[in-house]
Amino acid sequence: MDDETIRLITGCAKNVRFRAGDAIARQGEPADEFFLLREGHVALEMPAPQGGAVRLQTVDEGDVVGWSWLVPPYHWHFDLRAVSEVRAFSIDGRCLRRKCDSDPRFGYEMMKHFSVLMADRLEATRLQLLDLYRGPAAASNP
Amino acid sequence: MSATFHPTDPAALEAGAMLPEAFFVVSRNEETADTFTLALRPVKAGAQRPFEPGQFNMLYAFGTGESAISISGSPEETDLLIHTIRRVGIVTSALDRLAVGDTVGLRGPFGSAWPMDEARGRDLVFVAGGIGLAPLRPAILHALAHRGDYGRLVILAGARGAGDVIFLDQLHEWAKEPDVEVRLTVDRAGSEWPHHVGVVTTLIPRAKFDKANAVAMVCGPEIMMRFTAVELAKSGLPDQSVFVTLERNMKCAVGLCGHCQFGPEFICRDGPVFRYDRIRHWFSQREV
Ligand SMILES: Cc1cc2nc3c(=O)[nH]c(=O)nc-3n(C[C@H](O)[C@H](O)[C@H](O)COP(=O)(O)OP(=O)(O)OC[C@H]3O[C@@H](n4cnc5c(N)ncnc54)[C@H](O)[C@@H]3O)c2cc1C
Repeated sequence: MDDETIRLITGCAKNVRFRAGDAIARQGEPADEFFLLREGHVALEMPAPQGGAVRLQTVDEGDVVGWSWLVPPYHWHFDLRAVSEVRAFSIDGRCLRRKCDSDPRFGYEMMKHFSVLMADRLEATRLQLLDLYRGPAAASNP
Repeated sequence: MSATFHPTDPAALEAGAMLPEAFFVVSRNEETADTFTLALRPVKAGAQRPFEPGQFNMLYAFGTGESAISISGSPEETDLLIHTIRRVGIVTSALDRLAVGDTVGLRGPFGSAWPMDEARGRDLVFVAGGIGLAPLRPAILHALAHRGDYGRLVILAGARGAGDVIFLDQLHEWAKEPDVEVRLTVDRAGSEWPHHVGVVTTLIPRAKFDKANAVAMVCGPEIMMRFTAVELAKSGLPDQSVFVTLERNMKCAVGLCGHCQFGPEFICRDGPVFRYDRIRHWFSQREV
């Protein structure tokens, strides 16, 4: 990212901390922010039909989590839970959307970065769906 | 290694590469619900078989049949031959019924090895999917036994769920060694699982190793290995520095029957360990 892009993002950022076990975001709630993790682990979870939560993915230091701030109707699609102590930048989605709308170059930069993130996540989900290590009844590899 | 049968060598064939020799089951260990480890000792005293990390034996369950099974123990300790086996069908179920004191037939060791010499002085990145950790384990144990010969060790292991991780205790032990990074992930888990969740490829960008001077050794289902190689390339490791092991159905293990042909290669004769750039083309094709 160039300096100007970073300057525009940090203008919408604040420092946040979570304790292990804290719910950071909940499915269906407004996604007014996304996070850049500086330290700690965060789990993406969904409520399981049989009760409890299914952990879909974990992310840690250096990872960006959340793109729902960019996609109408701007609601979280999963729960976010701190697995350990977490330090992160929280980036205000509304603030960033305003900047994207008024500065298309910046908006395009953000779209490029977030589309890579979405494509990576989609690919990982596809591999997860393939259930690579399942038993021989359904798979041909050991 | 001189005691290894290289299938293209006719003398080796005459020396008995086709004849199984009897081995006692000395111990067995349950790894997961469908995976177990057998330690084998030759019935005939002094019939130890040195091997190189990555090689496999043909294990013969008497009266049932033979399967190719990688050696999963330390190449430094050849008194016992260790094999980790997943019960998937007829032969592996027969091997699963073996108890301590039973005998099993063994031919081998066969095949190419992980590039431990070529990797000297470089960081080693091991990427394992499911039971793929078993064929990598001799290479990891070798690197730990010759710690000064290698740089940083990165071990990335993926499995289906929390109950499917093999060698879990040992992975925790390895993680305590200096300059060894172990990352574990499963495809699905409840909130009690303390490690990563997600496919094993997602661990690669997080791993710390010298991209300009590293060798990756990868073992798991073929799709997983293909995506791993792509991810390693994205992180700066070229395909020439990536090695994979292929497990196709095998019969003779000495390059005669053609059962394990993969493109122009016979896995038993030319593999199972291949440099990725040499077989990449065949990876993306169905039914080769
Ligand atoms: C070089 C090499 C090393 C191997 N190392 C190990 C190891 O360390 N541990 C281990 O558990 N297994 C290993 N395998 C796989 C093992 O050989 C097979 O799982 C075994 O032969 C299956 O025999 P079976 O009679 O139990 O199953 P079958 O009744 O023959 O088949 C059951 C199912 O497994 C599939 N299958 C059979 N053989 C293979 C194979 N080679 N690859 C992929 N799918 C197969 C079949 O398509 C079928 O769906 C290795 C294979 C090779 C070629």
